Amino acid sequence: MSTTVVRAQSTRTSDSMLTGVGTLLRFALRRERVRMPVWIAALTSLTVSTVAGFPGLYPTAESRQSRAALMDTPAATAMSGPGFGLDDYTFGAMLANEMLGFLAIFVALMSVLMISRHTRHEEEQGRAELIKAGVVGRHASLTAALAVTVIANLLLAVVLTVVLGGLGIETITWGGSALFAVSLAMVGVVFAAAAAVSAQAFEHGRAASGMAGALIGIAFALRAAGDMGIDALSWLSPIGWAQRTKAYVDGTAWPLLLGLVVAGVLIAAAFVLSTRRDVGAGLLRPRPGAASASDALSTPVGFASRLHRGAVIGWTSALFLFGAMYGSLAAEVETFVEDNPAMQDFIRAMGSASFMQSWLASIMAMLAMVCSVFGVLVIARMRTEETAGRVEAVLSTALTRTKWVAGHLAVALCGGAVVMLASGLGLGLSAMASTGDSALLADLLGAALAYIPAVWLTTGIALMLFGLLPGAVHATWVVLGYGLFIGMLGPLLRLPSWLNNLSPFSHVPQLPAVEVEVTPLVLLTVVAAALVSAGLAAFRRRDIG
Amino acid sequence: MDDTTPAIAVTGLHKSFGRTRALDGLDLTVTRGEIHGFLGPNGSGKTTTIRVLLGLLKADSGTARLLGGDPWTDVASLHRRLAYVPGDVNLWPNLSGGEVIDLLGRLRGGLDTRRRDDLVERFDLDPRKKGRTYSKGNRQKVAIIAALSSRVDLLLLDEPTAGLDPLMEATFQTAIQEDRAQGRTVLLSSHILAEVEALCDRVSIIRNGKTVETGTLAELRHLTRTSITAELAGPADGLATLANVHDLEIEGSKVRFDVETAALDDALRQLTSIGVRSLVSQPPTLEELFLRHYTEETARGNGKATTS
Repeated sequence: MSTTVVRAQSTRTSDSMLTGVGTLLRFALRRERVRMPVWIAALTSLTVSTVAGFPGLYPTAESRQSRAALMDTPAATAMSGPGFGLDDYTFGAMLANEMLGFLAIFVALMSVLMISRHTRHEEEQGRAELIKAGVVGRHASLTAALAVTVIANLLLAVVLTVVLGGLGIETITWGGSALFAVSLAMVGVVFAAAAAVSAQAFEHGRAASGMAGALIGIAFALRAAGDMGIDALSWLSPIGWAQRTKAYVDGTAWPLLLGLVVAGVLIAAAFVLSTRRDVGAGLLRPRPGAASASDALSTPVGFASRLHRGAVIGWTSALFLFGAMYGSLAAEVETFVEDNPAMQDFIRAMGSASFMQSWLASIMAMLAMVCSVFGVLVIARMRTEETAGRVEAVLSTALTRTKWVAGHLAVALCGGAVVMLASGLGLGLSAMASTGDSALLADLLGAALAYIPAVWLTTGIALMLFGLLPGAVHATWVVLGYGLFIGMLGPLLRLPSWLNNLSPFSHVPQLPAVEVEVTPLVLLTVVAAALVSAGLAAFRRRDIG
Repeated sequence: MDDTTPAIAVTGLHKSFGRTRALDGLDLTVTRGEIHGFLGPNGSGKTTTIRVLLGLLKADSGTARLLGGDPWTDVASLHRRLAYVPGDVNLWPNLSGGEVIDLLGRLRGGLDTRRRDDLVERFDLDPRKKGRTYSKGNRQKVAIIAALSSRVDLLLLDEPTAGLDPLMEATFQTAIQEDRAQGRTVLLSSHILAEVEALCDRVSIIRNGKTVETGTLAELRHLTRTSITAELAGPADGLATLANVHDLEIEGSKVRFDVETAALDDALRQLTSIGVRSLVSQPPTLEELFLRHYTEETARGNGKATTS
């Protein structure tokens, strides 16, 4: 399939740690010839379509200033950015403040997935051996993986600069656009470097990219905390550095250097670590297993639970901590309001819900989207079991297809609920501790409970695709990406309600800020059940493999 | 279930993947209690057939009966009575070999733990190692032990010994013979001809998704050529005109040729009429038998179907 051929080195003397890196890089670029342009095109068009709407949505300085007032709240600060340029909220300031954090998550994801694909995943599949047995230096494949990811980020920066600058929108300047785009690329490169380190430590690609994914979550949470008042925390986050270039406001490039230095240190660490381990092995040694299977393992649910055990534990603890991290900021929100008399008037005008409650509701919504990832990953794992040929061995036993799916589905649905409740528990406990308001725990557990049907619905979409169009299981990520887009940018874009309603998360009552509504929750559950049934019915009829 | 119904009865099976025709009217009959060799070049449709028999693929047309049942609809009841060993065993990275053996056995509806422990020892497998750390041969052993220690009537083995060392290959053959003594039926797809020769009662050879030969090895031998080298008393006249004689070489009084085994009589009569000083007759080896079938395919320039 590949047209790339590893060429013999003409001069023996030139053999080094990096021999063959050029060939490997061309090979990696060829493998990315679809994915990379799709990521770049998707991120660019998302940015451009958002920005292009600004002049129509916010034609006057007054309308922009009222948007700025909305952004000067703890909830908005936690979700988007530190709010540079709120005094004179130009289109540029709006773009940098409200979109940079959102885009940074996806640029980081693109980079983490790319590194994982070209390093640990290759080793896991045994393909890396084929490459490393060739005339290839010890560091060549990691270098090629990093190079292809850096190239992707630089390309994104160039395309974004040209397209944003070329829009010709007032205050979206060429210089500002370049700084904005390069800041994003810096975030991508730092996370690529972090993923390269993580790929050395873990034996399985899943664990390695999971670790790097958790770092993205931590980086986002740190900047949220930092932007809400504890400024030093933002300086621990690459996303925080990107926002502190103050693109379009009073642009300053030096935070980019911080990113470069950290990326350099991480890359050096990855190279050192890579020389300390065997190909195919992690730094952490696997322990021997049991000689025979426990009774629990022999049931469909027990078997599926065992395969997903690590993920359930990892996700539950990560989301609990993630929730706790946000919950600890609840007191900040109160302080923020107390220090701001104008804000108190604003709240009084808004009615019943307290500011902190609406802040907690928006945090809950974000946590729910993160929790949904778990269920989708479980279903995607089923597809991996199928393509890796392991499902054949299982389905050639008396286990029916339905029972096999049911086992994994039980883990996806129950696990999704557990992860959701863990995030609510973490948020509730630490919000309670930080504010001393003991009612918050029950409120937030209730809020988490309300999101479970929406979490199940995304799992249902994944299962339906798995049954009907198994090759397209990963299209479920589009639904989650859309949910995040609506959640984070929907209000900014003033999208028509039907576009909002396309996201399953838009239908969940914003607890604890509003009253419980049961109907949408029942409907979401019904739709989830219908999707599951459709997927299952299709799976029973299709070919395996 | 009466024992007269064949264990496997497949007629006119068709299966296409897009434009690739994997099975093109395949027939296969495996009677109860026999070890049936299932042979064919790479990509000829062996694995596809087995996957249809396992109910993993739905055939486009044709009929397939397994132990008297329908492989697509009677999945659970049939699978309780069969075990499968894939040619490329892929294990779960976080499960140990012992766990996989137990898991697959129990999911089939029962595991003979004594046989399991016996086989683990005979195959010299460390059941505590995790899936990722096994070599290819050891991964195969895990699947073989899981299949052979299940209480089943039928074994579907798809190149089960690929990657086993010769010692383990011998262990495998002994174990399969024990299974035959128990009355189990085995469908064995294999490229290891010595294994086929040692184990199989009958074989079917398929090519491009069609069955081209079925029979005992003796019957198949009969269909192929015997090579004859002889030193004659006189000039080698009349041989060239004989039907069914191929690749004739004459060098003075020495001749060498291949003859269709069915026409051996005529050729020998011709030789004795000239007068024979010495004669070496070589029956076709299994290799030659298969190579003939396999190379005919290459000559036709086909072979696009892939093993799946």
